[in-house]
Amino acid sequence: MTDTYVGKADAANAMEDLQVVGTGAPRIDGLDKVTGAAEYVDDIDFGPALLHASVVESPHAHARIVRIDTTRAEAEPGVVKVVTGADFPFTFGLYMQDRHVFAMDRVRFVGEQVAAVIARNARIAKRAASLVEVEYEVLDPILDPLGAISEGTELIHPDLGSYPRVPWFLPQAGTNISHWRKTRRGDLEAGFAEADVILEDTYTVPRYAHCAIEPHVVVGRLDQAGRLTLWTASQSPYTQRAVFAEALAPLGFSHQDIRVITPYVGGGFGGKAGVSMEIIGAALATAVKGRPVKVRWTREQEFYNTYQRQGVVANLKVGARRDGTITALEHTLYWDAGAYVEYGANVVNAAGLSATGPYRVPAVKIDSLCIYTNLPPGGPYRGFGYSEFHFGLESHMTRLAQRLGIDPVEFRRINAIAEGDTLAYGEPMNPSGLREAIDRTAAAIDWGTPAASDDPNVEIGKGLCLFWKAPAMPPNASSASFLKFNEDGSINITVSGMELGQGYLTVMAQVASEVLSVPTAKIRVETPDTDRNPYEWQTVASHVTWSCGNAVAAAAKEARDKIYQVVHDAHGYEEDSLYLEDEKVKCDTDPDFELPLADFVIDGIEMSDGTYRGGPIVGSGKFMPEFTSARSDPETSQGGHPNVHYTVGAAGVVVEVDRETGKIRVRKAALAADVGRAINPTLIEGQITGGLLQGLATVLYEDMRFDEQGRLLNPTFTDYKIPTSKDVPDEIVPIIIEVPQPDGPFGARGVGEHTMIAAAPVIADAVADAVGVRLTDMPITAERVALAILEANGR
Amino acid sequence: MRIDVTVNGEVWNLEVEPAEVLLDVLREKAGVKSPKIGCERGDCGSCTILYDGHTIRSCLVLAVEADGHEVVTLEGIGGEGLTMLQRTMVEMSSFQCGFCAPGIVLAAHELLQEDPNPSRHDVEEAISGNLCRCTGYIPIVDAVLEAARIERGAP
Repeated sequence: MTDTYVGKADAANAMEDLQVVGTGAPRIDGLDKVTGAAEYVDDIDFGPALLHASVVESPHAHARIVRIDTTRAEAEPGVVKVVTGADFPFTFGLYMQDRHVFAMDRVRFVGEQVAAVIARNARIAKRAASLVEVEYEVLDPILDPLGAISEGTELIHPDLGSYPRVPWFLPQAGTNISHWRKTRRGDLEAGFAEADVILEDTYTVPRYAHCAIEPHVVVGRLDQAGRLTLWTASQSPYTQRAVFAEALAPLGFSHQDIRVITPYVGGGFGGKAGVSMEIIGAALATAVKGRPVKVRWTREQEFYNTYQRQGVVANLKVGARRDGTITALEHTLYWDAGAYVEYGANVVNAAGLSATGPYRVPAVKIDSLCIYTNLPPGGPYRGFGYSEFHFGLESHMTRLAQRLGIDPVEFRRINAIAEGDTLAYGEPMNPSGLREAIDRTAAAIDWGTPAASDDPNVEIGKGLCLFWKAPAMPPNASSASFLKFNEDGSINITVSGMELGQGYLTVMAQVASEVLSVPTAKIRVETPDTDRNPYEWQTVASHVTWSCGNAVAAAAKEARDKIYQVVHDAHGYEEDSLYLEDEKVKCDTDPDFELPLADFVIDGIEMSDGTYRGGPIVGSGKFMPEFTSARSDPETSQGGHPNVHYTVGAAGVVVEVDRETGKIRVRKAALAADVGRAINPTLIEGQITGGLLQGLATVLYEDMRFDEQGRLLNPTFTDYKIPTSKDVPDEIVPIIIEVPQPDGPFGARGVGEHTMIAAAPVIADAVADAVGVRLTDMPITAERVALAILEANGR
Repeated sequence: MRIDVTVNGEVWNLEVEPAEVLLDVLREKAGVKSPKIGCERGDCGSCTILYDGHTIRSCLVLAVEADGHEVVTLEGIGGEGLTMLQRTMVEMSSFQCGFCAPGIVLAAHELLQEDPNPSRHDVEEAISGNLCRCTGYIPIVDAVLEAARIERGAP
């Protein structure tokens, strides 16, 4: 392998004369998607042998399983097998093994899988599942994170201390705290003593659902030769294979026995990261050797038994001097992490390292506590903890500025973090266009110019907030790519990142296109199959453009170097005099020389004696951020380098608020993100538009409601309202800022998640600006605004 | 029970159970996979088909009701090639994950058949029964309006 990533000098050189990078090349998967050719897991035919499974679910949030009787279900015609936890006494989990395939001795949330029926068709499986008898000893459900950590509360996981886990998780055995990330920097006491104003308050954020339109689905097949293949709707094929191999090791499986195939995925947003319901498909396949078995979640199960975005109660205290300089920040985050935290605890970890927001803060104390509750498992959702804590943090910054008598945007300019500033965990901040993002967002919403409404009942308000986010990855998270030429000069690239809709395949094609001068229309990038495509950690963390982009660039450069080598061997030109243009090899020293790639990339170059030089051109590349480390002092988080870089930006809105009904209409929303380098500006604008609406929905429309027994009350699109085409802002202004990331492909860094992070606080600010009421609990629905206005008026 | 249903111009004689919904029969017995299973209760629009020329949610129709009716899915709207709407949507990268696309393309196709000069509001209304979680809808609406403009030959 040649260079493993596009280094600083290389990126700078490459930017001078780009042909494909920086253009809005149409998506390479566009045709598949508008013709119905795009195949998702549920569309794959498995023939008449296919079996279907239905899951028996716990009706209780917290109970001991006393007895399970499957005899009636087994007697149903068409039922092939009924399984329970006793058949698979294996634990699994991404970062901490705190789950079983099926509940063993106790259930910990309503909807948890207790048993499964495998039958000839889905209708029989569902009917038979209702015949499985489970006797429970019901326990009090623990639904509130603060209650869960109060003295004397029952332990949801008595064995917490013995669960295998990654070294950067810090479970508190004998409590319901499964991880506690502490970040300490500077002298907090002195910082607050220095402050002229200190503001302290509590903010709450409920749980949310991803609502990808494609439900989770898995088909598993253990063939007669002992090979286990899983077709999954997943963001993480390789990570799934690793989790399956670890969980099923007692049955004799290792990585080489397991294959995960992931075709197009119908939306993820974090909900299809890691392993959730897919473990059931893997386990069931081993119970019906020779037969493929499908598990497809209903929309209801999609809501209550995948991952949910965790709720949080945030206590925040920030001090600043009269001149606006922040002196100290204390942020305590109590996360309602749910019944299992094998993935969700890493969300808590990420927030615990970064809950200062994009500000220069000399004295920091962050406590981020991952707390078990008897609600569905929490986990990753676009924003990965940052969406959650930015609501309180950014609301607070605006209020602090107002308390100081400083314009909230000016306050942010004063404190905005800049390249080289020290982060909360002690490392320097990466290059950033945050100031430019603030200025351009402020300009887009005419910040400082009051807007008036013609309607006496309607007030206009504005808000502007900042955001930042770093990928939350293990220090050795890596990407790899294979690239091959075909006889006509076209290219196939294999990678194992997922096309979730973000346009990843197109961006990878653009990176290769730029290096090899082959148009994207002649480059296919294939979805993952762990037998054929090289390794990718996961498609999460907004890191694949950056990480896998580097791997694809490396593979393309390796192929390019081989092309130059062949031309040198056949024609004698010096390799450093050669370059690629319009699918041809050309030479600086011989303007008459040009050799089409299609002439030789498979067949080689014929010599005067009839022999050939060269052969099929292939390339491979990989990328691993070799500078990161998760090793740090558990009491302070100092001493490691947990994050590769932060992507920053700002969002602003202009809203109308009806004084009587509380109804909020977003007239305009602007969002500026520093993407380092916009490899495809059209796709980035797509991320901004879609992500902003998803974020606005969390504050304006959505939230999960549970009853006092821990049952989700709104597990359908009828009752959990996501935006339709009629719920979009009147205008969205995407603003792309490009301060290059030195180790990114052509300077690029990720942006997928960031687009929803600032949406909630910016609405809170704009509502406060419009009607003078400050709401500190999400969501900010019309009803809550109307009630707050009534209360403010003393009614 | 046996039904005769025309799917994308081809008559299928199919054995169906009384409780089977049309969506499942199209996918499992006619091999037409573009209508997707998203919610099975008429909320999301992923299973949208043209039924005697008008969009319906195929998860809410019993297969037996479709006897003697005509179904067109995304596979069937373009004939030999692509419609202008489809071409424009590719060119403008309208969709992201694409799971909602079969339903939304049909809903927009129906609108353009009935009204070659729709307003933005008309387009938003026409696709308002089809949920998309990725795009924020704007790139889709833009493409529908652009396709209509091109078809009309308007500047």
